[in-house]
Amino acid sequence: MRGLGLVLSNLKRRKLRTALTMLCIFVAFVLFGLLCALKEAFTAGVTVAGADRLIVRHKVSLIMLLPVTYGPRMEQVPGVSAAMHFTWFNGIYQNEPKNFFATMPVTPERFLDMYPEYVLPDDQKKIWLEKRAGAIVGRTLAERFNWKIGDRVPLTSPIWPHKSGGAWEFEIVGVYDGAEKGTDTSGFYFRYDYFDEGRAQGEGMVGWYGVRVNDPDHADAVARAIDAEFANSPYETKAEPEGAFAQGFVQQIGNVSTMLIAILSAVFFTILLVAGTTMAQAVRERTAEIGVLKAVGFGNGRVLGLVLAESLVMTAAGGLTGLGAAWLFTAQGSPVPAMLPVFYLPTDALIVGVGMVLALGIAAGLLPALSAMRLPVAVALRKHV
Amino acid sequence: MSERNGALVHIERVNKTFRRGAEEIHILSQLNLEVPQGEFLALMGPSGSGKTTLLNLIGGLDRPTSGSVRIGGDSIDQMSNRRLAAWRARHIGLVFQFYNLLPVLTAERNVELPLLLTGLSSSQRRRHVEAALSVVGLTHRAKHYPRTLSGGEQQRTGIARAIVTDPTLLLCDEPTGDLDRKSGDEILALLQALNREHGKTIIMVTHDPHASARATRTVYLDKGRLSSEKPE
Repeated sequence: MRGLGLVLSNLKRRKLRTALTMLCIFVAFVLFGLLCALKEAFTAGVTVAGADRLIVRHKVSLIMLLPVTYGPRMEQVPGVSAAMHFTWFNGIYQNEPKNFFATMPVTPERFLDMYPEYVLPDDQKKIWLEKRAGAIVGRTLAERFNWKIGDRVPLTSPIWPHKSGGAWEFEIVGVYDGAEKGTDTSGFYFRYDYFDEGRAQGEGMVGWYGVRVNDPDHADAVARAIDAEFANSPYETKAEPEGAFAQGFVQQIGNVSTMLIAILSAVFFTILLVAGTTMAQAVRERTAEIGVLKAVGFGNGRVLGLVLAESLVMTAAGGLTGLGAAWLFTAQGSPVPAMLPVFYLPTDALIVGVGMVLALGIAAGLLPALSAMRLPVAVALRKHV
Repeated sequence: MSERNGALVHIERVNKTFRRGAEEIHILSQLNLEVPQGEFLALMGPSGSGKTTLLNLIGGLDRPTSGSVRIGGDSIDQMSNRRLAAWRARHIGLVFQFYNLLPVLTAERNVELPLLLTGLSSSQRRRHVEAALSVVGLTHRAKHYPRTLSGGEQQRTGIARAIVTDPTLLLCDEPTGDLDRKSGDEILALLQALNREHGKTIIMVTHDPHASARATRTVYLDKGRLSSEKPE
């Protein structure tokens, strides 16, 4: 038994109180972990946005369409290396509104070239190029519906009904993975030519463009040049960096970071009071014992260290298990993949969490530790153990 | 570590004053005391006479308002808090009236406490603890928590804790004050044996003439002054 044995024995003195305090800390850090995962879910688009890509949409609104002919014209703008169009298809599986996911028609080769974060095996890519009704799906989406390559998947779209009046028929020809942890793998991409041929209206129109620029440092200038190219036309554009576009999307919900910081600050302030009260009570109850320790030769510094260590062990036991539980929960994937396709606890949030555990332990234990350190031994011994 | 004249404890013109609001309370006045090495000294006196305060000064648990306290040549009233704590660990064993055992530790862990401040390995500490518990006759209760020990057993554990580092000086504050006569006698016999057989210098504060009779010398403290005669 060195110091740690003494610390652990002291924590076992009031088992219920220690357990309840640890439980509070545990819950706070589970909440911290889940909120960090939530923040990541909201801002993943911003984080993984390509610095060399722009989003070009209709100047009035994202829901207004642009001509498919704009693509080649954008590629003529100096500084643009490629342009690729997207259209929001709003596919629904099995006519169940809850079976909704991101569904978009794209030009396969250009899409995979411009978005290297979507990793598709070469053989699957080859088949996608061959099959007009072929579609590729992200790993998360495939697992959600248990789809396998070769499965035939009928989708309906309230925006883009099939000219036949029936459902759109697709064949799963590939399952893509994300090159990065924050990459969204809940998408469903199919061929634009199949889409344009089958839709009942709006032929030749697309939703928005992704544009790759040669030099990310000149992205703003290229964006202005694109907007200038289409100024005073029936379809004026608004071009902006992909990150800014994603950020704007997130801000429609509100300032997520500020909201999360406000919630966490309130939680941690409360937990600090709970843990601090526990430690203060623990030290007050042990005045005579602290006197005994000092009497047998424990110096003031050692007594300070013992109380701080006790506080740290208590917060670490609650906090680290809380972080671990949050990590385990998020490792299972998103509980609502349709709404939050990207859902994981980032490593930097875990590191911040560990730092907060340590800070909480020190903050909760500091005042009681200082009072124990300053306690005159003769005064302390007047109280009975 | 006795001084040249043979006294282990050398207290010279010690004053101790406490302040309560605007009032100054003089507990010890110009007090002188010498305790030779190997003596078993009983310190008697009425309640509030300053016996425990004097014991605290000798043990380095408190500091005199003025005067000097030298133990074995060390002027402990001049030491920093840090040095004083280290000095206590090395030279002082304390036995308290209410045992002051840590309730969350077993008897052997309580006895081990002062050894945590030494560089001894776990197995060396275990050997020292076993030896101390065997001196007080409590080896069979080593794994028991204080709440499961009788008062006499708890006090013997306290004595084992006090002697486990082989201190220069054993200070006992009313060691039998919370015990029945039989248990008290056993504790006194143990202290006497530690003095006679192990050569321990002991200063014992007591109210009990029966306890002081076991000592080799008795001094009386009254109104802040020491005397070898029992005050009227």
